[in-house]
Amino acid sequence: MNRFKPFVVALIAGLLPFAPLFLNTYQVDVLNSIGLYALLALSLNLILGEAGLFNMGHAAFYAMGAYAAAILNTRYQIPILWTLPLSGLVAGLFALAVARPVVHLRGDYLLIVTIGVGEIVRIALVNDVFGITGGANGIFGISRPRLFGWVIRRPEEFFYLIWGFVALTIFLFLRLKQSRFGRAINYLREDEVAAEGSGINTDYYKLAAFGLGAAWAGMAGTLFAAKMTIISPESFSFWESVVLFMIVILGGAGSIPGVLLAAALVVGLPELFREFAGARMLVFGLVMMVMMVIRPQGLLPARGRRFSLAASLGKTGR
Amino acid sequence: MEEFLQQLTNGLAVGGIYALIALGYTMVYGVLKLINFAHGDLFTYGAYLGLTLLTSLALTDRVGFALGVLVLVLMVMGLVAVLGAMLERAAYRPLRESPRLSAVVSALGASIFLQNTLMLIYGARVQVYPDDILPAATLDLFGLYLPLMRVLIVLASVAMMVALYLFIQKTKIGTAIRAAAIDQGAARLMGIDVNRVILLVFLLGPALGGAAGLMVGLYYGQVNFTMGWVYGMKAFTAAILGGIGNIPGAMVGGLLLGVIEALGAAYVSIAWKDAIAFCVLILILIVRPTGLLGERVADKI
Repeated sequence: MNRFKPFVVALIAGLLPFAPLFLNTYQVDVLNSIGLYALLALSLNLILGEAGLFNMGHAAFYAMGAYAAAILNTRYQIPILWTLPLSGLVAGLFALAVARPVVHLRGDYLLIVTIGVGEIVRIALVNDVFGITGGANGIFGISRPRLFGWVIRRPEEFFYLIWGFVALTIFLFLRLKQSRFGRAINYLREDEVAAEGSGINTDYYKLAAFGLGAAWAGMAGTLFAAKMTIISPESFSFWESVVLFMIVILGGAGSIPGVLLAAALVVGLPELFREFAGARMLVFGLVMMVMMVIRPQGLLPARGRRFSLAASLGKTGR
Repeated sequence: MEEFLQQLTNGLAVGGIYALIALGYTMVYGVLKLINFAHGDLFTYGAYLGLTLLTSLALTDRVGFALGVLVLVLMVMGLVAVLGAMLERAAYRPLRESPRLSAVVSALGASIFLQNTLMLIYGARVQVYPDDILPAATLDLFGLYLPLMRVLIVLASVAMMVALYLFIQKTKIGTAIRAAAIDQGAARLMGIDVNRVILLVFLLGPALGGAAGLMVGLYYGQVNFTMGWVYGMKAFTAAILGGIGNIPGAMVGGLLLGVIEALGAAYVSIAWKDAIAFCVLILILIVRPTGLLGERVADKI
């Protein structure tokens, strides 16, 4: 199985760019949704999967990014793609401010606090906080993104924007995983006390993971706002956070291929079985319960780091 | 003053309901160190089962209002208790030795599953309790006119809490529950069947939660299938407010949260009513994570 894995990955990665040529508009749109969820789940994976911080309010950061982009675009006429870094920054800073006092809390307490934060943000959006979020109706009339003078309008065009961003995210997150930062947050997930004992500043790394994951969710929010041109608080409900949480856990916490696969399954399968749409969440709930008994590590669990002995011996010249 | 007292009694009624749900959270947390996310949905089952039994059996017509409601409460409590025991068997027992995250995810899955089963059976629309069965009487209390149902709910929830407290404190089985909450291993060495204690906790908690669900149905007259998680979150807040794992704490926390929320909705802003509880939750976790009545426990390393 493992021998074939690189080929499978290469095949999918090679075929994906040509998908819009063979699929109809609806199917491409489903792929776009999968891409957005994959982005969000990858950003949550950094917090939940890599750093082991139970975050079930991810929709709040997603909403922050989407609303920041929408407000900047509709009020100040800033082109939507230019708001990407700014909305990422807004979501990231918000996450830091929220997480700072609670990040030391034990697992399930953190889970409850993040649910609370998600709800407070949603209620604030519904109540038209500061008079800029448009209340329950949300914000509409967000302009189409423009890339080098090309207006992105059709799903086929969004496909390349979204999946391009996904590809960039995968590349960056893979690099991050290999870095000192990635090793540190993995360490504190496995054993926080030992990590602290080895001189890792646990609060710093937890906050960094939180901020970075949230910032990435904020940028995904910008893409979402650009794609929909209308955003409203309903899109950022508690269930959105639950679905993202589920994608990360089902795919395999800390495993990028697992998260991508789970995003495709969780978003794609309900589209295939539309006639059973009512039972969708029921099946999800059942799958979550069964998976935890038979395969708690997820569909494609993360593999441990491997370092080749020969290579490291060769490096030191012995 | 009139307005204030109305809001205060309303807060006590809602708080009593929160307290009853919170007891289920706190007992399970005490023994298993697990947040039973599906507990809020068991509460919803209480409300729906109560509605079905109320309309299909027409108990209040046959045996009179007081006895009818009493029988109804007992039936709902029994049925939801059985559901709770089944939930423990299916979703939590297989994961007793697993890491925390697995149990949390399973609990969430169970919550989603229970909620959507209810939706598929009853439909997604709000269900209305029949208003002709229940007397809309008011009670004159020193010039303050209170709805009878509100008074009954406060009395019933306090009675249940007192009964539970006495059961936990004074009986041998209650002592076993407390012992299992403090140290499962030692309790087992003292000859306590911890599995039975856990089963008992999963019968008692859901029974109280189911009764709370029925009360919400009778008090507000309508129920919907997603209400479990809002009430569940608030009750969990109440449990943390009082100190999780602490039974009197859950009672105090529930009543306090109900009053804070009712007064906040009346005097601050009704639109932010649901956010008040979450703000309380975050504040308490920052300022005093052990809750009002909880004792400080050193983290084991």
